[in-house]
Amino acid sequence: MASHLLDIEHLSTYFYTEEGTVKAVDDVSLQVRKGETVCIVGESGCGKSITAMSVMGLIQGPSGKVVSGKIDLEGTDLLKLNRNERRVIRGKEIGMIFQEPMSSLNPVLTIGQQIMEPLIEHLRMSKKEARKRAIELIEQVGISRAEQIANSYPHELSGGMLQRIMIAIAISCEPKLLIADEPTTALDVTIQAQILDILRNFREETGMSILLITHDLGVVAEMADYVIVMYSGKVVEEGEVTELFANPRHPYTQGLLKAKPILNQRQDELYSIPGQVPNPLDLTESCYFHDRCEHCLEICKVQAPELQELGTEQKVACWLYEKEATARV
Amino acid sequence: MSAVSGNLASGGAKTPVKAPVAKSSLWRQSIRRLMRNKLAVSGFVTVVFMILLCFIGPLFSPYSGNHNNLAMMNKPPSAQHWLGTDKLGRDILTRVMLAGRISLTVGFASMVLSVFIGSLLGAIAGYYRGVVDQIIMRIADLLLTIPSLPLLFIAGAMLSAWKVPTDYRMYIVMLMLSVVGWPGLARLVRGEMLSLREREYMQATIVLGLRDRRKLFHHLLPNITPLLIVIATLNIGGSILMESVLSFFGLGVIQPTPTWGNMIDAANNLIDFQERPWLWVPPGLCIFITVIAINIFGDGLRDVLDPKHKR
Amino acid sequence: MSEPLLEVNHLKKYFPIKAGLLNRTVGHVRAVDDISIAIQPGETFGLVGESGSGKSTVGKSIVRLTEKTAGDIIFKGQDLYTLSPQEMRKIRPQLQLIFQDPYGSLNPRVRVGDAIGEALIDHGLVPAGEVRERVEEVLASCGLSSYHIDRFPHEFSGGQRQRIGIARALVLNPDLIIADEPVSALDVSIQAQIINLFRHLQETRGLTYLFISHDLSVVEHLCTRIGVMYLGTMMETAPRDELFKNPLHPYTKALLSAVPIPIPKLKRDRIVLKGDIPSPANPPSGCKFHTRCPFAVERCKSEVPEFRHMGSEHYVACHLV
Repeated sequence: MASHLLDIEHLSTYFYTEEGTVKAVDDVSLQVRKGETVCIVGESGCGKSITAMSVMGLIQGPSGKVVSGKIDLEGTDLLKLNRNERRVIRGKEIGMIFQEPMSSLNPVLTIGQQIMEPLIEHLRMSKKEARKRAIELIEQVGISRAEQIANSYPHELSGGMLQRIMIAIAISCEPKLLIADEPTTALDVTIQAQILDILRNFREETGMSILLITHDLGVVAEMADYVIVMYSGKVVEEGEVTELFANPRHPYTQGLLKAKPILNQRQDELYSIPGQVPNPLDLTESCYFHDRCEHCLEICKVQAPELQELGTEQKVACWLYEKEATARV
Repeated sequence: MSAVSGNLASGGAKTPVKAPVAKSSLWRQSIRRLMRNKLAVSGFVTVVFMILLCFIGPLFSPYSGNHNNLAMMNKPPSAQHWLGTDKLGRDILTRVMLAGRISLTVGFASMVLSVFIGSLLGAIAGYYRGVVDQIIMRIADLLLTIPSLPLLFIAGAMLSAWKVPTDYRMYIVMLMLSVVGWPGLARLVRGEMLSLREREYMQATIVLGLRDRRKLFHHLLPNITPLLIVIATLNIGGSILMESVLSFFGLGVIQPTPTWGNMIDAANNLIDFQERPWLWVPPGLCIFITVIAINIFGDGLRDVLDPKHKR
Repeated sequence: MSEPLLEVNHLKKYFPIKAGLLNRTVGHVRAVDDISIAIQPGETFGLVGESGSGKSTVGKSIVRLTEKTAGDIIFKGQDLYTLSPQEMRKIRPQLQLIFQDPYGSLNPRVRVGDAIGEALIDHGLVPAGEVRERVEEVLASCGLSSYHIDRFPHEFSGGQRQRIGIARALVLNPDLIIADEPVSALDVSIQAQIINLFRHLQETRGLTYLFISHDLSVVEHLCTRIGVMYLGTMMETAPRDELFKNPLHPYTKALLSAVPIPIPKLKRDRIVLKGDIPSPANPPSGCKFHTRCPFAVERCKSEVPEFRHMGSEHYVACHLV
């Protein structure tokens, strides 16, 4: 087994609301190997973003809390660090890109200043060095006129441009892990293609790992080495990308793949998963997908299935594969 | 949090759910949330208590507010007079309660008046825009540029100069307070109207070809009401304070009609201030408690009703 | 060919840019710049484009949510912009718009039943006693239950709200439905439900759609004819199969090749466009696409390409074809 860069074990993050407790992330384990791109895919409310935010230590305040688990980055448990140590890791070892580049940049600072900040803070560069490096970074993310862009303010740039700047900031300290939370969802397809290209190139050049969070299976197919499918706060299936797309096991993964219209493969009627995602407040002990599932068994309604290994590179949490999995053991 | 805003009603196209979940309007939800805010509820209870005290209390008092008793001048609190008597031998407790009637009435009435004027003009300006908007808002701007306290002082002094009978002064003070109160309100309501106009559901009413009356009364008004309730509540406290300030300086409602403001006037006299705190502490406390209670309640209301201030 | 249901002729919509103390107009955002579309009864016309292409403004100008700058909109032989406000209000039930945002397009303080039924009452389309019945009918055909009628919008999920939005338009028995990105705010599994609903309603009710979307794979599934917009200008229109098999405009080709396909390790010829979409306030001269076009020649910078018929209903605006 190749060495793990990031090893999340039994992570649970809960939110306490007026109506009750929401188990946004419920006992999630996942690994990211060095140089690998792992995609977490799922629909809104499945807990994919909260997982990423838990890793970054961005779950704060009275309403949300990481209640249990271990987030291990090269031997350091991130959850045991104090705020300051966490902050250092955040800029230096892990970079992050968000969905809305506009709201993650400070409107009163120039682009250049914002790229320089982590360089001065974490790499202890002088202002002059940082400035030079910032210009290089802007060029690296495919923006010409780097000098001019460095002196402009966020509102003067388009969404695609800002997302590139966000990437420049995230990779400025050459992090080992880049977490990208829906980095292209707010962008047009032609711009999305550019951004994905940049991310791919960077991974090849620097050998960093990427944890990519997305709802778009097309993006997953283009980027991922390994895929994790989440539903209602739990991992329902994971596996190597070609295997998972060619041979999805969990009925939810199957449905998701069939429901997405694919270019040049027109069908008259799209497959659709009936019903909708259950209310996170009234989840009972069961497979959370059971009321939308075509193959629902009696046991699905009363007991949650465990994630079990099926092939060498595939795991699924579904009662349908219980026999197959136990036979292997 | 997107994870939290899940659907209460599960069940989509092909899977109808057995029993409908309890239906709830936004109003009922708001009230439930408000009841959970202990501070706001205590504010509300205090206000209700003050109202009951002032309007029902005097009926149980053996004294009348204006009955002079020269034998009992400036007596400290005792078994007969729980809060003592003033320089004319009148019972302070009774007078505080009667004063509360005036102060609360003035505060409430001027609020109603200024909310009425303000929201009407603000809504007209925001809905029709154009010239009407320009005229209304420039008048409002003009009133907002004149400092209200000096304006009220001058008006109060004029009332005194013209020797307006005390009974009428109360109504004139109400009017004065609403005149300075409406422009700020009109601005808020106009802003809200302008932002509501741009909402997609208001655009939908155009596409559906709904009548103007329905757009106004079924779509705009219900969405503005929560804001109105919040500003109206907070406005009462402000009006009570304003009235007290005016009356304290003898420019609002004047003696012998008692108000909390003109009762504190006793503190102007050095001997009364130092030796007879029972003359001015009770009305002062009443103003303090009432205004704080109203503001706490208003803040609680704002938290549940006004989405822009939600945390 | 029969008389088109809707004709958009040389539609232009310029938004003024105001600046300075005197609020003078210093320029125009050319959101829609000379667009013509004809939609036949029963067809689904897909309008595709990226942000800033003006596709939504076309939809809004048709229903007069925003007033056009020039051109005309002929609906069932009537020029909509010559109608008085009263006449326009009367004709509105026949042409409905479905909004993108299932959260913003429903008034949070109006019950679902009222939201759907109120237009019926205002237009006097059915006697008051039958309104509820009609609302229940339309709810059922949109996959909702009759007990939903007394609920408030916040009790529904995004997909259900979009169904309510569709029901609200449908109850008026419109001839034309303009759907402005109706599925882009929804999750994949819900998106498929709504796309199927659109298709099903068309089959049962003979509806005509103008379907506005940025998602080519959704448009391919639903539309019979497609127009591709870029910076307020139509680049290419063609029947569906023709457009997807034989795209002529470089922009259409780039757009098609940029759509991620959920098949891992798929080898595709990619045209990755350089740079950003220019601002519609200051569009490039000549062919508006020349700044990003990998095949641009000198002529593209100066000369506006004509919108030419290439046979089999395929029109394209490019010098190089």
